[in-house]
Amino acid sequence: MTNDGKYTCIGQGIPRVDGIAKVTGEAKYAGDYYFPRTLFAQVVRSPYPHAKIKSINIKEAEKLPGVKSIITGDYYKKRGGLYLADKNFLAVDTVKYVGEAVVAVCAETIEIAEEACSLIKVDYEELTPVLSPQDAMKKDAPLIHPDLHTYKVAPIFHPVPHTNISHHHVLRKGDVEKAFKEAYKVVEHEYHVPHVQHSPIETHVATAKFDANGSLTVWASCQSPYAVRQSLSDSFDIPLNKVRVISEFVGGGFGSKAGTTIEGIVIPLAKLNPGRPVRLMYSREDEFENAYVRQGMYAKIKTGVTKEGKIIAEHNEFLWDGGAYTEYGVNIVKAAGFAGSGPYNIPNISTDSYCLYTNHPVGGPYRGFGMCEIHFAIEQNLDEVAKDLGISPIEIRRRNGLRAKDETSTGEVMNVSGYQACLETVLQKLEYDKPCENNNKNKIRAKGIAAGWKSPSMPTDVASASIIRMNEDGTFYLQTSAEEIGQGSNTALTQIAAEVLNVNPNLITLTSGDTTMNPYEWQTVASRTTYCAGNAVKLAAEDLKEKILHLAEIKLGCGKKDIFFERDDKNNTTFVVQKYHEENRVPINTFALGLTLPDGSGMGGPAIGVGRFVVPNNMAYNPVDSQSPKPVAFWTIGVTGCEVEVDLQTGHVKVLKMISCFDPGKVINEALYNAQVEGAMVQALGTALWEELILKNGKIMNKSFVDYKIPTADDCPDVLESYVAEFEEETGPFGARGIGEPAMVPGAPAIANAIYNAIGVRFTKMPITACDILEALKKQKT
Amino acid sequence: MEYKINFYVNDEPISLVVKPNHTALRVLREQLDLTGSKEGCSAGECGACTIIVDNKPMNACLILAPELDGVHITTVEGLSKDGKLTPLQESFISHAALQCGYCTPGFLMSATALLNENPKPSREEIVDAISGNLCRCTGYKRIIEAIEDVVNSKEGR
Repeated sequence: MTNDGKYTCIGQGIPRVDGIAKVTGEAKYAGDYYFPRTLFAQVVRSPYPHAKIKSINIKEAEKLPGVKSIITGDYYKKRGGLYLADKNFLAVDTVKYVGEAVVAVCAETIEIAEEACSLIKVDYEELTPVLSPQDAMKKDAPLIHPDLHTYKVAPIFHPVPHTNISHHHVLRKGDVEKAFKEAYKVVEHEYHVPHVQHSPIETHVATAKFDANGSLTVWASCQSPYAVRQSLSDSFDIPLNKVRVISEFVGGGFGSKAGTTIEGIVIPLAKLNPGRPVRLMYSREDEFENAYVRQGMYAKIKTGVTKEGKIIAEHNEFLWDGGAYTEYGVNIVKAAGFAGSGPYNIPNISTDSYCLYTNHPVGGPYRGFGMCEIHFAIEQNLDEVAKDLGISPIEIRRRNGLRAKDETSTGEVMNVSGYQACLETVLQKLEYDKPCENNNKNKIRAKGIAAGWKSPSMPTDVASASIIRMNEDGTFYLQTSAEEIGQGSNTALTQIAAEVLNVNPNLITLTSGDTTMNPYEWQTVASRTTYCAGNAVKLAAEDLKEKILHLAEIKLGCGKKDIFFERDDKNNTTFVVQKYHEENRVPINTFALGLTLPDGSGMGGPAIGVGRFVVPNNMAYNPVDSQSPKPVAFWTIGVTGCEVEVDLQTGHVKVLKMISCFDPGKVINEALYNAQVEGAMVQALGTALWEELILKNGKIMNKSFVDYKIPTADDCPDVLESYVAEFEEETGPFGARGIGEPAMVPGAPAIANAIYNAIGVRFTKMPITACDILEALKKQKT
Repeated sequence: MEYKINFYVNDEPISLVVKPNHTALRVLREQLDLTGSKEGCSAGECGACTIIVDNKPMNACLILAPELDGVHITTVEGLSKDGKLTPLQESFISHAALQCGYCTPGFLMSATALLNENPKPSREEIVDAISGNLCRCTGYKRIIEAIEDVVNSKEGR
């Protein structure tokens, strides 16, 4: 499919390099490190969504034998946060959501720590909670962060002082009002997406230990060890050379492990107990309540369209339920503000995207970074526009879907666009025009489609580095800090290095997940790893190759333009060979320690390549209107189609088929690309039909896998297929861009559109449960 | 109070003193340093800690330590012998049936127990056997296919 003979390694579905470690149980996750003399931490949490902390009594707990340290928010009041410094690791003065950490204890055993927590008395004075973003917008709403105007904030975010708005993102392009007046039809709808939780099977876990010299080591399940290192250094005033973050494998992240959460609790406890590791592992309940959640969202979309079905005007309003702290959430709101057009060419568009503080669990990054939420609205709205015009959902997409040379809503001209190719592929594979088999009068089948796009929502100057070293025998160490969270980065990056050097990937060992041992990587988020870390790895391998060529010119006695690398799997090496005189060849390890000259002297030294990467030509956007010629690294676009079966008697929806086609540029590993897309579709399926954190007065009512259903093997559609349209990214390594998150974006609206096509009911709220469907069918009859 | 128990783990005889409130999962991970069995929920909901106890797949988080007396346990560490992977392990790798890998040991144990008892399960029986194992990464398709592939290659022999 993706290997066109040009490459020896890129595009091939080589087995995962971490496969054996993972099927034998040898792969070490943060919670698998047990150390002697460990202390165990536990946390006292707020029972109220919003309350003043009047007093904390720890006397009884302190007396309990085995209790080592007890700390409250008073211990360190410094606020921190990735983009907006609004967060304390332990509550200071007020609690702002149910489950917020108020007191932390460490003790000789976990049982003692738990008992100590039960002996701590916290006296609260309840305050009026803010329980929806609409309420948070009201002029007389209680202020959750009254000092917001004093908080340190990254310059691209705009908190509104003395309100609950922590960021208002504005996009303006063209003359929207004029275009609405000229439109043949104007369609306006509202949509709602509730909070959901990432539900990685590994919960958050961290162990921290201070050495006598003040050096801190943290073993954490985290996606971004360098970002965690920076955040801990800032929060606890420890120089970076004294902080080491180790995270070799992560048991699923999906964004929830992108920031700094649990580490902030174990570190101060470890500081009080130097020499002793302090460990905290979230229970599944904690994970639902205290890891990040995906923010809730309300969308209002108004679309103006010509008689011919061309969208000429759009206004979006997104209200985000950011929760108690939005240090990370503001960037999701920005991403949505940017991408509100969806992958469509709309000349006149305005978007207002608001991040609102509420007394709900803390919102944070979740696979899709706002795109899953807004596309649930955009893609259903598009079907509604088509219906009102009397054209098909396919036609409206053919007429408006982005094409190469079209301009995006942020003013960037698309070099390439896979939209139309992806659409046609999905239509063909799904046999969209062929009627569904409807032989059972109680079960109605229908198809639906949706599209989506996503760009990495990252600062324009984020950096990546990589080092590659050749060993004496011609094997290699490839060093990176891209985090293997399941997406397959270790494998893809190995392939990139192997391709450049034309060596067997088996000869390369990749190391990552240790800030002291491996070079800088900003974060493993944003579907940026193959692109950013991949570019750094490619540059490192090219640097090494260039150094080898320099020595090979001397060794082989010819110019480097006449030297090539020949992979020889039979001899498990690669030869450096002179063109036209192929008998003039040496194995690559000839140059591992430099070159020995005929007189016995050496030159060059050990073979090491260095790669450094920042996104080229990325320019900050104008904050007034979000316009820039090149505000993002790339856009990944794709389409998902599905066939559903709705049981009219039970309301149950079975997704029979899900088929996607994306444009990820050049695919690095075919098997892992397909695996990402398949997994993303099923994750989207869960959110479409079942997943919702049920919040009652700020409290999560369904904090377990029994009450919060994620998809099981039984829910996997019988047909789950992934296709590709490879329009290469000119700045990507071998033409690649990211896929992990975009692949989830169109899934939920595709299912919603299929349900509409089956029973003629438009559900504007996710999830679309069996109860919702039965109720709607009942209404339909009356 | 503590209990002295004797049992087998991956064919090795083990004698241990255990606490009555500890689970089999804690015994394996904390006392025996067998960390392949994972904790995902501590409530029997996710299957990440699945082990084989006397030929049956069970959640190690739901077994109390004293109950281990006299049983034979297989954990993921006991699947491969002399450095050779089992066909199921090979199949999981070749099908890319794992991503983050945290649930993988549990799936392998459920599937191994199934194939020990029923070498030729149908697709429905496979799905049923792994219905207590949650995976958030793969969407399950490749896991089901990896198991099916082992079943089919057995038939071919």
